[in-house]
Amino acid sequence: MALKGNLRDFSVTQLLNLIHLAHKTGALKVKGETTANAYFREGKLAYAHMDNEPDDLATILYRDKKITRAQYRTLKSRAGHLNDKALGLLLINAGYLTQEDILASVQSHYLSTMQRLFAWAEGLFVFDAHAAPPNGKILTKIGLGNLIIEGARRLREWEKLQDEIPNLDMALKFTERPGTDLRKLNLSVEEWRVVSYINPRNTIRQIARATKMTDLEIRRIVYSLLQAGLVELVRPEGQTVPKPIHTALEGKSKEEQKSLVNRLIARIRGL
Amino acid sequence: MQTVKIVVTGPFNSGKSAFIQSVSEIDVVSTERKITSEAEKIKNTTTVAMDFGRITVDEDLVLYLFGTPGQRRFDFMWEILSEGMLGFIVMVDSTRPETFREARSILETFRAYAPTPYVVAANKQDLEDAWDVEDMRIALRLPDNVKILPCVATDKESVKKVLLELLFSILEEVEKNSSQ
Repeated sequence: MALKGNLRDFSVTQLLNLIHLAHKTGALKVKGETTANAYFREGKLAYAHMDNEPDDLATILYRDKKITRAQYRTLKSRAGHLNDKALGLLLINAGYLTQEDILASVQSHYLSTMQRLFAWAEGLFVFDAHAAPPNGKILTKIGLGNLIIEGARRLREWEKLQDEIPNLDMALKFTERPGTDLRKLNLSVEEWRVVSYINPRNTIRQIARATKMTDLEIRRIVYSLLQAGLVELVRPEGQTVPKPIHTALEGKSKEEQKSLVNRLIARIRGL
Repeated sequence: MQTVKIVVTGPFNSGKSAFIQSVSEIDVVSTERKITSEAEKIKNTTTVAMDFGRITVDEDLVLYLFGTPGQRRFDFMWEILSEGMLGFIVMVDSTRPETFREARSILETFRAYAPTPYVVAANKQDLEDAWDVEDMRIALRLPDNVKILPCVATDKESVKKVLLELLFSILEEVEKNSSQ
């Protein structure tokens, strides 16, 4: 099965949300201004790279000021043949850097690569679930929750937000999804204020009033929380469900209703 | 003679007319017109008011399948068509993620008309570019209790499965209500 499309129709935030919630493993390639490649393991970011940009470990460490220019040059000339994993091990064993130092730099590089992707409004993407992880690269396990929240915060277009959350009279409830930990997310003060009011009894409109937010502000925050898979939209508790003016089953006993539906089932089976 | 109806809705070119044609015992009564909008010229004609097919159950009962117009400018027809429906099917083209947002919006609109059971049919699953059904569930933000079913609207057996799943949901609803 394909997972492909254009960022114009399905944004980077939505893509990351899908990978995160479906715990996907595989390679994502996006062809936009340049080509971006990322690899995910069980819904976590393992690797990210923009084509035409050096992403070898020596360069990453130098840019992150973990090694000096002289050290960088030495590594390039003497250990240029080593892949990132081998070079990382060499640096740890030689006592130059700790594993934590190296991982922090690599994680920061991958995150910054993904953050730049948020600026892309167009680009063809394809996710390949059968692709092998990049050879010789240091793979990380970065949860996508914070990245998704960050990407969703960038959505400023009123029309899109209105499409995403058309009805402010709906309520929110926390999802019961395992692996979603609110405490691990970097929420803003405004987002925490909204979170504190989340309850199936409170409509989004009521939360906006209580937190003194405009429609645009509340929509933006609710969109972030939805994209991060933290909350879902529900009909407010206690609200009367609209009744259709007339239903085909109305006025019949339960047995008659069941009989009618069973006759339909039997007929469709026999088609 | 009693008639009941199921509504088939979904975005433009999601396969609603083909779905109804696959199981209707009559030629589908359709109100198709040539497409004039450049943006929507991915097919030659579209349904402008509604199309409907018929399945005779027995001498006392007839099931009508009503297809809604796919273009949003005809949405004033939707509420009229949803009047009295047993349930509804939301068709989504699995190969066109650009229509997922609209599908979600249509789904919400129909849910607001009537709290009747519904299923989502992920159409065109036979095509190479089709998205996986579970990926579509996430993209469409469907809760776990909503059925999303793989579908090929031109294949009668596939259409039957979708209709049956909707009817099972309707039956469950009747049983749930009778136990309350």
